[in-house]
Amino acid sequence: MKANRKIRVVIVDDEDLARQIIREMLEPHAEMEIVGECANGFEAVKTVSELKPDLVFLDIQMPKLDGFEVLELIGGEVAVIFVTAYDEHALRAFEVNAVDYVLKPFRAERLEAALERAKQRMGKNQRASADQLAAAAREPGQYAERIVVKDGTRVHIIPVSRLDYAEAQDDYVSLASQGKKYLKQQTISSLEASLDPKSFIRVHRSGLVNLERVARLEPYGKDTHIVILNDGTRLPVSRAGLARLKEFLGEK
Amino acid sequence: MHPILGHFRRLVLYLAAWGPISAILVYLFVSLTGLSWGRATALALPLCLVYAFVCLSAWYSCRNTPLDNSGSWLAHFAAALVASVLWIGVAKGLAIALSSSHTFAGLDQQMGLAYPLLFGSGVLLYVLAVALHYVLLSNEAAHEAAKREVEARVLARDSELKALKTQVNPHFIFNCLNSISALTSTNPATAREMCVRLAEFLRKTLGLSEKARIPLGEELDLMHAYLSVEQIRFGPRLKFEENTDPEAMKYVVPPLLLQPLLENAIRHGVATLTDGGWVRMEIKTSAAQTLSIRIENNFDGDAPRRKGAGIGLKNVRQRVDTTYGSRARMDVESTPGHFQIAMELPAERAEAAAPQA
Repeated sequence: MKANRKIRVVIVDDEDLARQIIREMLEPHAEMEIVGECANGFEAVKTVSELKPDLVFLDIQMPKLDGFEVLELIGGEVAVIFVTAYDEHALRAFEVNAVDYVLKPFRAERLEAALERAKQRMGKNQRASADQLAAAAREPGQYAERIVVKDGTRVHIIPVSRLDYAEAQDDYVSLASQGKKYLKQQTISSLEASLDPKSFIRVHRSGLVNLERVARLEPYGKDTHIVILNDGTRLPVSRAGLARLKEFLGEK
Repeated sequence: MHPILGHFRRLVLYLAAWGPISAILVYLFVSLTGLSWGRATALALPLCLVYAFVCLSAWYSCRNTPLDNSGSWLAHFAAALVASVLWIGVAKGLAIALSSSHTFAGLDQQMGLAYPLLFGSGVLLYVLAVALHYVLLSNEAAHEAAKREVEARVLARDSELKALKTQVNPHFIFNCLNSISALTSTNPATAREMCVRLAEFLRKTLGLSEKARIPLGEELDLMHAYLSVEQIRFGPRLKFEENTDPEAMKYVVPPLLLQPLLENAIRHGVATLTDGGWVRMEIKTSAAQTLSIRIENNFDGDAPRRKGAGIGLKNVRQRVDTTYGSRARMDVESTPGHFQIAMELPAERAEAAAPQA
């Protein structure tokens, strides 16, 4: 980072007054430049993807996407300071390597301290992995209710009930929902861990299916099977996957 | 538990009280039937011991027939007659048994006047026992009532605290304070206004939960105090429409009924919508003496359920149920993007509701 370059900041909060106080407290800092302000999660993903700021002040409870979902989509490359009225998310913030977690309301000194930490952090690569971000994007101890995917600057929200199956593709998973496919940076194991094991079955090292979409099982060659879904999709089934499927399908 | 049999000290006291009674009976035996002192004592002591326990049975009938019932004394009197007749039977048996021994030979022949004496004193003693048991029962009832009252007070305090905790969402307060903090430099007058409104809301909440019913106007005041704070926070994002029938202001409702519903509508509605949302409230009265309250709002159907969804609603439903039972209805209707709560409460005026309070 060049010494004379300003630190580019985006403020994300759905409340006007909450953005205002951060703006005001950043004013004395000539090295900070506010390049964007967003009032909801969608805007935040779009703005951060386009402007590539160095630092984001991020609220947690917001319309459209909450702060952790925003972070999951914008990736770990940007330094994040959470600013929220809720103290119960602090642990998750720590897990995604957030720079700081500031509770509303706060003093100017508190924000200064957060800025100081952010400056020290900048340039050092301490980004959280995609899987860590995905894991933190849902409430601890609960299965995901929806999956968020970024496609360029657009955001897709897939309710888990509409996820038909998922396939591993290198560092990504391909999510099939209602005839469309979405690519997301996440391992299939991490995706599997986020979903209710009663609804989603890992049928193969590279495949996960929604149990409700399974039409039938067919033998395929010697010793192997394929699972056929309602829409005709054929997916390979491993031996362990076959055992799991049979257990849930009740030996169909 | 029996008030005398169940307590050793009371039983000892009770049996001791029978000492003088048996002494009197001995004296009466001697003077009325001409029995010797020895024979009278041998007869009276066991008889009194037996009857002392027979009289304890009065408790069971006392417990089952409250004193204010005019028929109860008739029943007790009948029981007294039965007990006395039984007592005479026991006395006769005892006399025959005793007379078989050399010392008391011929005792059963000397009983003559002893039977009417036993009958009279038997009835009298039984009635006295009934009176004693009523005194003990009323003592016990008073004690129970005092205990219940303390318990009820503790419960009420408990529920008040719980109500405070659930009604006033701490995050609401933190967010308010953050707004005030933001306003202090840019708009001190509004900051002060918001402090005052927040204080008003909290103060009203504090006082209300003790009451069983409050005038609808008071509940609306509380709701408006809350709304005015949220209005500063959300600005033009929050649109509120209200249509209240002035007739409805005559009636009373349980406190903290509307405010949690409005909070619900804002938290899960307006707060989830990028371009803001609306909340509509309508309060009507009908000829059928019902108070109809409808609160509806829009919300983002795609948003995940926020934590705590439905707790405020459940709380209100519970209170409506415990307050009115089957006399009230509460229907919740949620379609994608639209949420509505419709309540029909019995229209009660302040005086009418007071005795149930």
